[in-house]
Amino acid sequence: MAQNEARDAILARIRSSIKQSRIGFDPPSAPMERNYQRLGSRDSKERVELFAERLREYDARVTFTTPPDLCDSIGQVMGKVQSHTQAPRAPFWIVADGFPAGWLPSQQSIRWESSATVDDLNRCAGVLTICSVGIAITGTIVLQHGQGEGKRQTTLIPDRHLCVIRTAQIVETVPEAFDRLATAATHPLTFISGPSATADIEMTRIRGVHGPRQLDVFLLGE
Amino acid sequence: MTVRVGDSASAPSFQKAALPLLDDSQLRKNVRHATEVIQRKRALVAGELPDWQALRDAASAIKERTLLRLDEYLLQFEAACTAAGGRVHWARDAEEANRIVIDLVREQDAAEVLKIKTMTSDETGLNRALEERGIHPHETDLAELIVQLGKDRPSHIVVPALHKNRSQVREIFREQMHLPNLGDSPQDLTDAARRYLRERFLRVKTAIGGANFLIAETGSVCIVESEGNGRMCLTMPDTLILLAGIEKIIPTFRDLEVFLQLLPRSATGERMNPYNSIWTGVHPGDGPRNFHVVLLDNGRSPILADDEARQTLQCIRCGACLNTCPVYRQTGGHAYGSTYAGPIGAILTPQLQNLQHAQSLPYASSLCGACYEVCPVKINIPEVLIHLRGRITREQHSSLKPEALGMRIVASVFRSRRRLETAHRLAQLGQKPFVSDGWIRRLPGELSAWTNVRDLRAIPKQSFRQWWKETHHGAK
Amino acid sequence: MVQARSILSSPHSEFQIVICFPLKLGPAILGFPVAYLVAHRPKTIRDGDGDKLRISLFITCYNDLLFPETGKSIVRLLERLGHTVEFPMEQTCCGQMHYNTGYQEEALPLMQRFVDVFRDSESVCIPSSSCVAMIRDHYPKMAAAAGDAYLIRTVEELLPRVFEFSELLVHKLGLEDVGAYYPHRVTYHASCHSLRGLHLGDLPLRLLRKVRGIELVELANVDRCCGFGGTFAVKNGDVSAAMLAEKMRDVEVTGAEVCTAVDNSCLMHIQGGLHQRRAGIRTVHLAEILASTEEVASA
Repeated sequence: MAQNEARDAILARIRSSIKQSRIGFDPPSAPMERNYQRLGSRDSKERVELFAERLREYDARVTFTTPPDLCDSIGQVMGKVQSHTQAPRAPFWIVADGFPAGWLPSQQSIRWESSATVDDLNRCAGVLTICSVGIAITGTIVLQHGQGEGKRQTTLIPDRHLCVIRTAQIVETVPEAFDRLATAATHPLTFISGPSATADIEMTRIRGVHGPRQLDVFLLGE
Repeated sequence: MTVRVGDSASAPSFQKAALPLLDDSQLRKNVRHATEVIQRKRALVAGELPDWQALRDAASAIKERTLLRLDEYLLQFEAACTAAGGRVHWARDAEEANRIVIDLVREQDAAEVLKIKTMTSDETGLNRALEERGIHPHETDLAELIVQLGKDRPSHIVVPALHKNRSQVREIFREQMHLPNLGDSPQDLTDAARRYLRERFLRVKTAIGGANFLIAETGSVCIVESEGNGRMCLTMPDTLILLAGIEKIIPTFRDLEVFLQLLPRSATGERMNPYNSIWTGVHPGDGPRNFHVVLLDNGRSPILADDEARQTLQCIRCGACLNTCPVYRQTGGHAYGSTYAGPIGAILTPQLQNLQHAQSLPYASSLCGACYEVCPVKINIPEVLIHLRGRITREQHSSLKPEALGMRIVASVFRSRRRLETAHRLAQLGQKPFVSDGWIRRLPGELSAWTNVRDLRAIPKQSFRQWWKETHHGAK
Repeated sequence: MVQARSILSSPHSEFQIVICFPLKLGPAILGFPVAYLVAHRPKTIRDGDGDKLRISLFITCYNDLLFPETGKSIVRLLERLGHTVEFPMEQTCCGQMHYNTGYQEEALPLMQRFVDVFRDSESVCIPSSSCVAMIRDHYPKMAAAAGDAYLIRTVEELLPRVFEFSELLVHKLGLEDVGAYYPHRVTYHASCHSLRGLHLGDLPLRLLRKVRGIELVELANVDRCCGFGGTFAVKNGDVSAAMLAEKMRDVEVTGAEVCTAVDNSCLMHIQGGLHQRRAGIRTVHLAEILASTEEVASA
């Protein structure tokens, strides 16, 4: 079969090249040195503040809130969006399956992800999810697309993404995030750092190309 | 086996290709502006990380070690990806890769495909091959869309349309998208692209892309992007086909923690780019049902044998070397006649083709070293350039070439004090016909390239050693 | 004037460089060149020995023929400082042009010759950073590739005694003020090899700042190549010319009378362009400025 032939040929060429090289007979086997910084140095308050600051630099909107106030916070943000929407039909929100029902504001028109079509995602006012990890230094939200985090396209097609993160989920450095994600390595993972953007025209940053143009993050304290 | 790297086999030499570009003041202005902006941003965010050098060291070491066991890692990737529901294909050269991709597209009866930006597909000439089979590719990265609609070529590996400014983009979009009243602000142009592409994202069911990282341990793929066109292509279609060079492998999931710090900061000067997608094979109920990875050799495996130049394959395509290069700054990417422009292109393009083509590229550098300084995986590009110049001289050029003869004569002069001192006297006398008022304004032959734009001060009557003999004679 | 000395004590990092990266000339970028140079300063600074030394001058092939004044200035300066200068007459060329152009086999005997001529020298002074970079970066590799154990060892032993001119003054002799007088408006061009090859950082500027009568003016884009690049200047003459044009603009806006550097090769290229434009700006090697004294100036 041509495929096995190609595979064998490529592997054979790789092996013969490595053999020809000076170093090939004795590739380094000692563990590699990783002298970069693994752990952050900030306390939890500084870490959360840095996370919020970095998100804002990406033009994301950040709301600090607490468990008793979360419902209202989400409702307020949704309410503001609605008043700006000029769609002929009443706006509705998509909520990721598994999102805690107790956090949903009662005033809003809600549709669960599992009952939404692609067309719904395209027309909705926005999508509401939780996430797995936040990275302070880079202002990144990581979704592993489990319960409450939505499928990958659910957080992509709508124009606005509302995401709730508990402050305990925020780490400082990228390596710390990878430590937390180690058990999820084969899940689909999406790292989101601000709204989608491009600088392809004269290096001018334009927010919102194909993914959500708005990102709202709710920082949920303990 | 025919290795192909874009159209570089038929491209003119760098020197020739540079000429019209040097006369294009608009293009040069666009290139200067874009590279200065990215450079400034890169330097800021790279400087922010106190462990930047340690990250570079780690990235370089990971890549180096991976290359020395590349066969094992590729097999590991294939096994893990296959176990997760993906299919792995192997392509010896560009033509084989294109054939595999086209066959997979035809299995879906697709007449059009979405494309995520992939320089590897430009390397193999995939778009042309698709069109020849009646399959229309829709480029979805904004810059690639500009290049495709403008019937242009990419000039930068990260920002392929950086040589175009807003009014040039507006003209292309006006005509090709039939939008006579389109404004020329980047916002207007981006909105136009969003509307133009959204309909296609929702309709077209097959996508083709590249990969930033293939993870051997898990069989996962990582794609780094900004606009969300990548996520669209990775999640909306039924079928996803990725074309990736064999050097894109990294051993473990954890290794990403290094590269995801280095790549965005080096490429676009962001702390993190808006979207990174990592996934493993097929995820039931989420994303494509058919997932293929085509592993492309196309001249890469022989490079592993060259101890000095193997580091070329460590490249993660961040483009930082292009942005900082004073030569790229003058000409932009088209002068390099290849998918891969700038310093990395000058070492990668000729090597992929076993030095049979693109022989002028290793000379398209003043060896200033700026590229090495910014490279996130520490490829010593000047060192590789010099090494390739040596290989080209030894393997490709006739030893009777005038330059080679001249170099041998000069070397022979330098091997003997007596010959050197005679040469000094000959030069001091021989220059006379060319000197006026203490300056040489025109030299013959190849050396006229010097005097075209620079005068040369006449050779002084007395060389240093002649003066020394006169003043310090007997002092040893 | 060259300012922003407060950051001289900053640690090595890319950071400061870029905070003030000059997109356009403006007040915000004052201090950038110094910041860049400081960021690239060498990490170890040795104290001067204080003793009188025997210093062997490797003049380099092109300085010997084209820029004898640089050599004479070094001899005058070092003798004025009380040291003994030797000039081994058997020296020729380090092999850089051959090596960098792809004629590495031709460069090997030139390297062996250099090693033979200077292996017993106490200190070697070289007024060309690109030649020093050739020796430091490539000689060990060449010796290893030649598989010659004697050569490998000799190169290894010789390298710590090889100094670029400004390194010799600051690191080996422990000097910054060499008693020079040079009443001119001067701008400093940092060659690529001095910056990124040898990491000289601000060594040449430290020497220049102590020159009496001098008015130092900053050169914008000090980290950008002038476009010389050895045979690049001829093989890619048009691109080289475009790079030179930008460098000349940067030099001209300083209003300097004199542009200096530690490499006459770059200066030959810049001077050639400026002369063709009749810009009226001279170029001189750093050594010629440091060798100038009030006696010489008034003579």
